[in-house]
Amino acid sequence: MTVPASYFFILSIVLFVLGIVAFFVKRDLISQFMAVEVMLNSANLAFLALAKAAAFADAQAVVFFIITVAAAEASIGLAIVLVIFRRKKSIRTADLDSMKG
Amino acid sequence: MMIIVFFALAVICTGSVLGMIISRNQGTSALLLVLAFASLGGLFGLLGAGFLAVVQVIIYAGAIMVLFIFVIMMINLREGIVPEKRTWTIVLSCAMALVILGEIVFAARGVAPEAPPALAGVSPTELGRLLFTKYLYPFEITSVLILAALVGAIVLVKKREP
Repeated sequence: MTVPASYFFILSIVLFVLGIVAFFVKRDLISQFMAVEVMLNSANLAFLALAKAAAFADAQAVVFFIITVAAAEASIGLAIVLVIFRRKKSIRTADLDSMKG
Repeated sequence: MMIIVFFALAVICTGSVLGMIISRNQGTSALLLVLAFASLGGLFGLLGAGFLAVVQVIIYAGAIMVLFIFVIMMINLREGIVPEKRTWTIVLSCAMALVILGEIVFAARGVAPEAPPALAGVSPTELGRLLFTKYLYPFEITSVLILAALVGAIVLVKKREP
């Protein structure tokens, strides 16, 4: 028997909420960036699950584009993290207070 | 049978994300995320998206996480991240996550759980045909975007020699 799509949707909700918790619990840029990746992936899972429930056949192409754009985003984001580390010698968010946030 | 595989993959995925939250070491978190993304690839396969399962494992668990591990090794924080005793932010973040969970559940309530019209998985052949006919322009634009990201990352990270 096949797994109902709603199970996948519920799992994606759980993963998204875990990503939010990780984003706020972590104290450095790299871990927070990894939390963002978790959220992005859970969104992909939700998209695929709902597309299966709605019999939307193009979903795979769309998710394929999302994954490619996520790869580009990860490379740029990590480059920015590296630049911040070179300037500030730290990636802890507590040290990045030059904007008085 | 499928449902056992689903629950096994779901437990692995959720557990490794939980471990990533708990772990203090960034390298451990990155490796746990590799596990999480690989099991997510398995879940994509269960949803009938075989090609995306492979893409997920190769690009996410492979390329992107290797990039993360490279950066972690380059930064090489010897002392690690010092734990800060700011438990109220953790409590606050959990409360906010619960609020968002409530919102999502509230929004998703309207999605009717009707019996799904059994959609057979799209084969890689059909997906390729789709990518090169209906989605040809997005496909080409994505390649330009990736080129721009490549050049941008190199320009950002390059050491400027005086």
